[in-house]
Amino acid sequence: MIDRLGRRAFFGVAAAAAGAVLQDTVRAGRVYDPERAGRPQLPVTAADNDKRIQELEKRLRCSCGCGLDIYTCRTTDFACTYSPALHQQVLRLTGQGKTAQQVIDEFVAQYGQEALMAPPKRGFNLAGYFVPSLAIILAAAVLVRVLRRWTREAQAVPATPTPPPDATPAELERLQRELKRLDA
Amino acid sequence: MALLGHLSLWLAFLVGLWGAITGFVGGIQNRADLQQSARNATFALFAALLVAVISLEISIFRHDFSLEYVAAYTSRNLPTFYLWSALYAGQKGSLLFWATVLSLFAMLVQIMTGGRHRVYLPFVAAVTCTVATFFITVMLFAANPFERLTFMPLDGRGMNPQLQNPGMVFHPPMLYLGYISITIPFAFAIAALLSKRLDSDWLVAIRKWTLVSWLFLSIGLLIGMWWAYVELGWGGYWAWDPVENAALLPWLVMTAFLHSVMVQEKRGMLKKWNLALIIGAWLLSIFGTFITRSGVIASVHSFTQSSVGYYFLVFLVLASVLSFALYTSRLPLLEAEATLESMVSREASFLFNNLLLIGIAFSVLWGTLFPILSEAIKGTKITVGPPFFNQVNIPLGLALLAMTGIGPLIAWRRASIPNLKRQFAVPLTSGIFTLLILLVAGVRDVGALMAISIGGFVFGTVVQEFARGARARHRQYGESTPYAVVQLLARNRRRYGGYIVHVAIVMLFVAFAGMAFKTETEATLRPGESAELKGRDGHVYTFTHLGISQYNALNRQVTAALIDVRRDGKAFGRLRTEKRQHVDALGNPTFQPSTEVGIMSGLRVDLYVVLAGLVNGTEQAVFRFTINPLVWWVWFGGFVLVIGGLIVLWPGGGPVAVRGSKGPGSQAGYAVKLEPVP
Repeated sequence: MIDRLGRRAFFGVAAAAAGAVLQDTVRAGRVYDPERAGRPQLPVTAADNDKRIQELEKRLRCSCGCGLDIYTCRTTDFACTYSPALHQQVLRLTGQGKTAQQVIDEFVAQYGQEALMAPPKRGFNLAGYFVPSLAIILAAAVLVRVLRRWTREAQAVPATPTPPPDATPAELERLQRELKRLDA
Repeated sequence: MALLGHLSLWLAFLVGLWGAITGFVGGIQNRADLQQSARNATFALFAALLVAVISLEISIFRHDFSLEYVAAYTSRNLPTFYLWSALYAGQKGSLLFWATVLSLFAMLVQIMTGGRHRVYLPFVAAVTCTVATFFITVMLFAANPFERLTFMPLDGRGMNPQLQNPGMVFHPPMLYLGYISITIPFAFAIAALLSKRLDSDWLVAIRKWTLVSWLFLSIGLLIGMWWAYVELGWGGYWAWDPVENAALLPWLVMTAFLHSVMVQEKRGMLKKWNLALIIGAWLLSIFGTFITRSGVIASVHSFTQSSVGYYFLVFLVLASVLSFALYTSRLPLLEAEATLESMVSREASFLFNNLLLIGIAFSVLWGTLFPILSEAIKGTKITVGPPFFNQVNIPLGLALLAMTGIGPLIAWRRASIPNLKRQFAVPLTSGIFTLLILLVAGVRDVGALMAISIGGFVFGTVVQEFARGARARHRQYGESTPYAVVQLLARNRRRYGGYIVHVAIVMLFVAFAGMAFKTETEATLRPGESAELKGRDGHVYTFTHLGISQYNALNRQVTAALIDVRRDGKAFGRLRTEKRQHVDALGNPTFQPSTEVGIMSGLRVDLYVVLAGLVNGTEQAVFRFTINPLVWWVWFGGFVLVIGGLIVLWPGGGPVAVRGSKGPGSQAGYAVKLEPVP
């Protein structure tokens, strides 16, 4: 009897649930061939739109080989099977109360430094960050030094006497007048 | 057809070899017969390669799937528009396209170069034939586009859906034209070094070719950005992908050259530097090709990994060693004709501009190669992505933008304090005024504030230059201001066309800064449901999902979502975004479903909608809605840049004064016509 009641209750709940789903489906309308629309998607949750999650995912690389971060890949390459899984991993870790840095550390521990969109600023990676800046500063210093030397050399060279102008004094005066007017 | 194409390749190989040998020997021994033979070889080379291209195209249009290349990149139902572009959709075909365009340039340079520059032509023929022969060698021994399959498939694999976009029809050829045409200035530089004719004549011969190359590369990069934006669906246009970086490197170096060449033309300085820049730009173009084709660095753009990379690596190393050995041996002949008179001069500002351009090029190259370096030295695999490049390059880019405004304000030779005050007053006011407007408008993003304010400063510089020039013409000739501006452009195309390019650069930087204000959201919507998103333009946009439709097109099955857009509650338009499942002629799916973005473009913002997919096979769909500010200005800025470049390039428009060749170097400034004194 209890079994029968339980079964009845079960079927009742199942029918109600099926009805609800069917109602939703009817409201949404079933498309002719879902396969054509690519991989089925899960409904978007509040966490998917959480700015902190998005910022965190933009620092982590998708491992599908696309070269994009997890956020960009999961919202761009809808055929990728890696980025949704990695997104779920980020959600799980943040759901456990872990900070952004702890999540990143966990990803690095699991997938290596390759999991980051930019290498951490330590050890040999510092060369990656600072060599371009140092090279430019060094080149700028060399350039200033060379320019100073050139200007000194130019000043050291005795000024060659200016050849007499071909223009008449009247023409020169007119030239000066034009130049002054242009500079005004 | 395939046999004819294959034979043409062998013929081109032999002709290329002949052209290279006769060009070098004829040039060195000054033998007119060999020089003429080298010249003829460039014509024959082009003819042979053109036959190969036509053979491959006929095979593609006839659906000759016995050819591996045709089967790999086309299908029976591929639209005709894309059948043509299949020529360069894959590694082998693009090598053929590259060699053919190079041979076309090699021939054109022989026809179009006249007068005193003809002395360089045998060496130019030799260098271009050598490079073309290298590409033909790669095709013949590692990547033959005429390779046959052992069986005949019923249909081909088809073209990657992402390549089936108008942007992809024009982007690769433009980029290739840019890459390939760098060979011509490089060939002239090598010719000048070999012939020891190192006065400034060679500069005149190559400046326009460098500009042609720069222009094509600019167009290629811009169309590539547009394609990435409309096709890839991530909402941006530049991702610092290694292949994008590889295309940017020669562009940066050529931009540096186009500035520093002015110092050589006007003052006879920087000869060594300019030669090094041209050689460097060409080597970087080969380096870019090596990266794209070797698979040494992971990139979404890369062709399939193949042995082709080794050929390019060997060629790159050999070319670098030989070029710089020749360059070093000629250094004593490259002494400057003048010295720098002041640190505060146009010459010095050009050098700092060059420092920044080359600095950016170096940091991009360093970031691109650092993962390889890290793995080789530390054994650690790392990723160097946009956060790294943005951190390193944004400050340098802002400094470069500032130099774009500073350079034209400083006089040649020596600038006095009163002159500097007078020159900087208006542009600085313009920059500060822009900053204040932004602050009042509530903009607080430091990067955007700096980019747009410096943009205001540069724009002030350009307006001041045009205004002064127009005023001078008005005083002298009584021309109206609009007519005077047109006359300025017509009579000094290099200078004022260059300023238009500077305005374009400002537009581009402002547009780049706009991306700091991007807003986006994801939403799951049933038909009739809406999502709201507030843009930084102050408007609230409501996106209502109207429904899903499915239908068949020529080579694809389409699932389309229609979105109604309202701005602040008022009707604003409709967007359509699609999922496309490409199929072969038998209706079988070929690639993974691709996404077509819905874009509504405006002066202030772009509305960008992507259909991610459907929930449970129903019309309930997942969307990503993005509001991208100022993207329209990237394309318009690019258009203005091309117009500016074309004005600079257009023949005539004032003589190019070259120090050391014909007459004295001209001073920057306004031409003053001296009327006879009554």
